[in-house]
Amino acid sequence: MADTITDPTGAATATSNAVQLSGVTKRFGDVVAVDDLDLSITDGEFFSLLGPSGCGKTTTLRMIAGLELPTQGSVKIHGEEMGLRPPNKRPVNTVFQSYALFPHMDVRANVGFGLEMRKVDKAERDEQIAWAIDLVEMGGMGHRKPGQLSGGQQQRVALARALVNRPEVLLLDEPLGALDLKLRQQMQTELKNLQREVGITFVYVTHDQEEAVTMSDRIGVMHEGRLLQVDTPEAIYERPTTRFVADFIGRTNFLEATVAGRDEVVLANGDRLRLSSDHADGTAVAVTVRPERLTVHGRGQAPDDQHRIDGVLESAVYLGNAIIYTISIDWMRLEVRCPATLAGHRRSAGDDVTVSFEPEHASVVVG
Amino acid sequence: MAKGVARSTAEPMGWSKWLLRGHSALVYAFFYAPIAVLTFYSFNESQIVGRWTGFSMRWYGDFLENDNVQQSIWVSVKVCIASTLISVVLGTLAALSIERFRWWGQKAFDAVLYLPIIIPDVTMAVMLMVFFSETAEWFNVIPGVDLSEGLEKLVLSHVAFNISFVSVVVRARLTNLDATMEEAAADLYANRWQTFRRVTLPQIMPGVLGGALLAVTLSLDDVVVSSFVSAVGATPVSVYVFGMLRKGVSPLINAVSVVILAASMALVIASLVLERVTNSPKGPEEE
Ligand SMILES: Nc1ncnc2c1ncn2[C@@H]1O[C@H](COP(=O)(O)OP(=O)(O)O)[C@@H](O)[C@H]1O
Ligand SMILES: [Mg+2]
Repeated sequence: MADTITDPTGAATATSNAVQLSGVTKRFGDVVAVDDLDLSITDGEFFSLLGPSGCGKTTTLRMIAGLELPTQGSVKIHGEEMGLRPPNKRPVNTVFQSYALFPHMDVRANVGFGLEMRKVDKAERDEQIAWAIDLVEMGGMGHRKPGQLSGGQQQRVALARALVNRPEVLLLDEPLGALDLKLRQQMQTELKNLQREVGITFVYVTHDQEEAVTMSDRIGVMHEGRLLQVDTPEAIYERPTTRFVADFIGRTNFLEATVAGRDEVVLANGDRLRLSSDHADGTAVAVTVRPERLTVHGRGQAPDDQHRIDGVLESAVYLGNAIIYTISIDWMRLEVRCPATLAGHRRSAGDDVTVSFEPEHASVVVG
Repeated sequence: MAKGVARSTAEPMGWSKWLLRGHSALVYAFFYAPIAVLTFYSFNESQIVGRWTGFSMRWYGDFLENDNVQQSIWVSVKVCIASTLISVVLGTLAALSIERFRWWGQKAFDAVLYLPIIIPDVTMAVMLMVFFSETAEWFNVIPGVDLSEGLEKLVLSHVAFNISFVSVVVRARLTNLDATMEEAAADLYANRWQTFRRVTLPQIMPGVLGGALLAVTLSLDDVVVSSFVSAVGATPVSVYVFGMLRKGVSPLINAVSVVILAASMALVIASLVLERVTNSPKGPEEE
């Protein structure tokens, strides 16, 4: 059994998909927890499933682990159909949200459990346990029971317990959720480094968009059981395709608009904007622009090559490193974020201003 | 254990303290005075219970010579061990099936499982008696089983009520056990048996042992059910003592009771010692 441990460095199947979900649906009675999901996760990548609580992230993860069986669809790991295979026969390991450490075993026994079940011999096992405990910097605590560890330490043990098996895919369900903010940020960096070091595919579930953006190679945003968009963090942030994704990740402005031809949309005030979209003529859409992509000028002073909207400055909030302006335009309010270095010539409420943005910084979204 | 614990301000002071002490003394007296009286009179020389005529070991002598009493004790011990082992296994399985799985008819099974706890002993006893009188021949088809002997009937009857008690105690423990732990074991390549053996069982062990202790007690205690189903030649000691009582009280009963009492106390003490011995190396360790 020991030889089924994959060597992360000698991955011959580097281009294949570590995980492939096709048409996966999961129903619990009337509740559709996961709805017709198609997803390919590349070998060796750090992939995050991001979405609000209850959107089906955990259920998706559990179907990969085999802890839940899909109502419909197929789950493949490295091209192999998982079908009805029980969790103990799948080449994946999970870090549970609650850690689920075995309280009656010490750290070493916890970490060694998977190897023991696979009948790895004692000497090899000890070596691997020592490697994993070192990897998560828990050296010297091997004989403690989980009850004698802090939350952060338990989290590391849960990680070591999974990683020691060198799974083809590591599944993590909000593993940092229970930690306080500072520890969480530190662990984010450590986890990312660890993933690079061991080269194992990580599928990471979180509802924290900042966490997903800082750690992931790619992010899949989920909402109500559906996968809305799968892309790099940058693409998700800069070019969201749905209103939900734009809204869920970072702050943004939505300008209601209508599609007018392949390359143009018409804003509510009649302004035409050169933005391409795949939607049919007349589709109601929104143009989304991030607050930091907007610039505030004195009325009429904005450059010609940018898109411009006149408005009145309603309020300015100083944040230390930035200023947030609220600007009232004809039919709505816009939020603008300026670096505080420009605080020298701060504008004040009541000023007539023009807001501008580069067309490439705007995206057309539906929903 | 209580070493180094600060004196609580809630600790009673003055007259209330003495009142509470008196109360405790009375409670203990209420518990143990009958035992003291029983033990005292078991060394009485007289035929007549309750009149002290002098110290004697004659009733213990009688006890050692009385084959019937000794036989009935062995019947009790055998029935107790067999029924406890069987009901602990079946009761734990029943608890697992209810707590960890979902199946058709589960609600009904759950309700039926509680019945032996609720219904009166006499009802249970009559049911079992009728049941055995109707079905004894069927059981005899199984090789090695002979229900006319009585011993098997006693074991089956005790199992019948002990399963309920064991499953209730084990269930209480299982409810508090995080089921994700079992999923974690499965995720770490353990099959169902390994998961049970390595993860579930060690954590529900206090419940299983508690259930076993309860089963032992209930089995040794039982008079009603046993007297309905026991056959000649396989009378448990509880039923035997009860029968002796009807023939007229003999101080032999005192001696028998003291022996049983001593044996039970030895068992309890042994289990406490065992627990301390097995627990001590597992205590908190520091690096
Ligand atoms: N075992 C279950 N039985 C019934 N409904 C469930 C079960 N597990 C999850 N659900 C439902 O499925 C939906 C998705 O849940 P989940 O995957 O846990 O979401 P997330 O992890 O994104 O918060 C929720 O509406 C939840 O109530
Ligand atoms: Mg979840």
